Amino acid sequence: MELLRFATGGSVDDGKSTLIGRLLYDTKQIFEDQLAAVERTSLSRGDEYVNLALLTDGLRAEREQGITIDVAYRYFSTPRRRFIIADTPGHTQHTRNMVTGCSTSDLVLLLIDARAGATEQTRRHATIASLLGIHHLVLCVNKMDLVDYSRARFEEIREEFTGFAQRLEVHDLTCIPISALTGDNVVERSGLMPWYGGPSLLDHLEGVHIGSDRNLIDLRFPVQLVIRPISSEHHDFRGYAGVVASGVLGVGDEIIVLPSGFSSRVTNIDGPDGPLEEAFPPQSVVVRLADDLDISRGDMICRRNNRPNVGQDVSAMVCWMAAEPLREGSTYAIKHTTRWARALVRSLQYRLDVNTLHRDMDSGELQLNDIGRIHLRTTSPLFFDEYRHNRPTGSFVLVNEQTNATVAAGMLLRPQN
Amino acid sequence: MPYRLSHLDTLASEAIHIIREVVAEFERPALLFSGGKDSAVLLHLAAKACAPNRVPFPLVHVDTGHNFPEVLDYRDQQVDKLAVRLVVGSVQEDIDRGSIVEQPVPGATRNRLQTFTLLRVLEEGRYDAVFGGGRRDEEKARAKERVFSLRDEFGQWDPRAQRPELWNLYNTRHHPGEHFRVFPLSNWTELDIWQYIEEQNLELPPIYFAHRRLVFRRTGMLLAVGPWTNPREGVASEQAFETTVRYRTVGDMTCTAAVESIAKTPAEIIIETSVTKVSERGATRADDRFSDAAMEDRKREGYF
Repeated sequence: MELLRFATGGSVDDGKSTLIGRLLYDTKQIFEDQLAAVERTSLSRGDEYVNLALLTDGLRAEREQGITIDVAYRYFSTPRRRFIIADTPGHTQHTRNMVTGCSTSDLVLLLIDARAGATEQTRRHATIASLLGIHHLVLCVNKMDLVDYSRARFEEIREEFTGFAQRLEVHDLTCIPISALTGDNVVERSGLMPWYGGPSLLDHLEGVHIGSDRNLIDLRFPVQLVIRPISSEHHDFRGYAGVVASGVLGVGDEIIVLPSGFSSRVTNIDGPDGPLEEAFPPQSVVVRLADDLDISRGDMICRRNNRPNVGQDVSAMVCWMAAEPLREGSTYAIKHTTRWARALVRSLQYRLDVNTLHRDMDSGELQLNDIGRIHLRTTSPLFFDEYRHNRPTGSFVLVNEQTNATVAAGMLLRPQN
Repeated sequence: MPYRLSHLDTLASEAIHIIREVVAEFERPALLFSGGKDSAVLLHLAAKACAPNRVPFPLVHVDTGHNFPEVLDYRDQQVDKLAVRLVVGSVQEDIDRGSIVEQPVPGATRNRLQTFTLLRVLEEGRYDAVFGGGRRDEEKARAKERVFSLRDEFGQWDPRAQRPELWNLYNTRHHPGEHFRVFPLSNWTELDIWQYIEEQNLELPPIYFAHRRLVFRRTGMLLAVGPWTNPREGVASEQAFETTVRYRTVGDMTCTAAVESIAKTPAEIIIETSVTKVSERGATRADDRFSDAAMEDRKREGYF
């Protein structure tokens, strides 16, 4: 069984929590005691119906305010797939959570209220999904019950949104008319919208092909940990542990190690359950080489004729996640693959208005939740690829060296020469 | 399909990556080991992550003094088998020293008291990263916890000030005195745990499988008749009877309930888990029943 990770986006009150509650309930992931707790709370609050949103609003402040304030992870499975949902809040001030949710997702599910149509927030979330390299977007036009299941309304929204999405890098856009409240087109096809010929939401999630989203071409193996047992039994053992970031690594392959550039040959690959002939993403493995090289954490195993970019001057799109603004000339800690370094913000090239996609060249700084393009100078070279070709080797985080807070999510761009 | 991982292999690789990240970036890790199935899976994955090395960090067990003897035996077997160091924090010793005061009710649960002992042991060991077997599917507040969850110098969790966690780039930086709770099984469900136990043929304490036991009902839950819990005299609903039960979680004997079951193997438990109607904590943990926010409150105080 395969795992599909998806994030949800949309505006406040578009009914995301209700939809997730519905998916969990209709796929029978909700247990009787959890449902009973929700029924009790709904009753005490005077809700007219059992409020499925209460199933996902985990923290007390959220239950009291009726809003979602942080990313919550939800799990369900069907006989065809195992799902992980990153349920992200719709408030503008929590947009950083959308970035967080997208960073580990294969697909983004955006909700729109059929009465309101796409909002700024919908476009913002679609833009974020595209920036984070998500290929699959599902637009759920929700609350169809409140527009009399109108085909004209659905198609109007779909056309408007498709027009916007053409400006983004979305390979696969699917629009589905639903009602999270009543369950129409969520798990089963609805009899109330006979004009809709597509799959139900769950059918789509179960069937969407994500296998080719991974990069199986460019071998990148960032060394995470050097394993050298101090025991007589494994006296000569020297293994390099890590996750295959991209590409396929096989026993017998000729490889080189960056930054040294030394070459060797793979003699053994050990997976969690024993020896392997080949390793591929996202497997955690231990690699052994024919030669005794000086290799440490942060080094990168790749092929002689297919190497990542190596550089200390990099351009990136960043989403700013801290209250204090990003300014030119500031220095941060940077974590990229298994490497820590320091990074100086040499310049802020522009701030991206995610509603209009306009580039503001004179913003001077990035505020909380802003997205912009920056130029960094790092203290040691990064071994990287363009994010859109390789998420694991194209992503980084910036950390404030005083507070240790994570202040930015970064996506590396193609080096300019 | 070529180059596809099953969901269990994906989850196991993710957990191993997290464990190795801790070994690489922290000075004094430890693993909280209760002897329960989640910590058994966690220890198994830790052994894989470090192989062929031994697990280089100690196991920490918070002993409430109200343990199932089968679980203590299991703990000691695992410690011997993997040749790891065991650090035991005793709630009873903290009570005897007067550091914590037990509620003056017979059979009172020590679940909440163990937070004190846990924090004391962590401080004494100066551990900077402590693995726990917590899963996000267990409870609503856990659903929002990070894989690397920062605790302040009092061991407290501030859910509103959590760091964003992006890709698999974990920010492990912390100030002296702060530590991380690290949850490699965050994305696993109860069903995944059982499927993995079956696939890997993992040993567990025998109380996880159906056995005959003398029990009684209290507030809808089946509690074992034992040294610390007994039917109250004169309460007609608490009549002791023998039946076939198993445990879905193992905690303090006073607040961990059994479920009626005839499942004797992981495969049979998987079938039962697939059709069960009551959540794991709801069925078997009295400690979560105090209020809707019971888990959130205990986590804020430093509980796992």
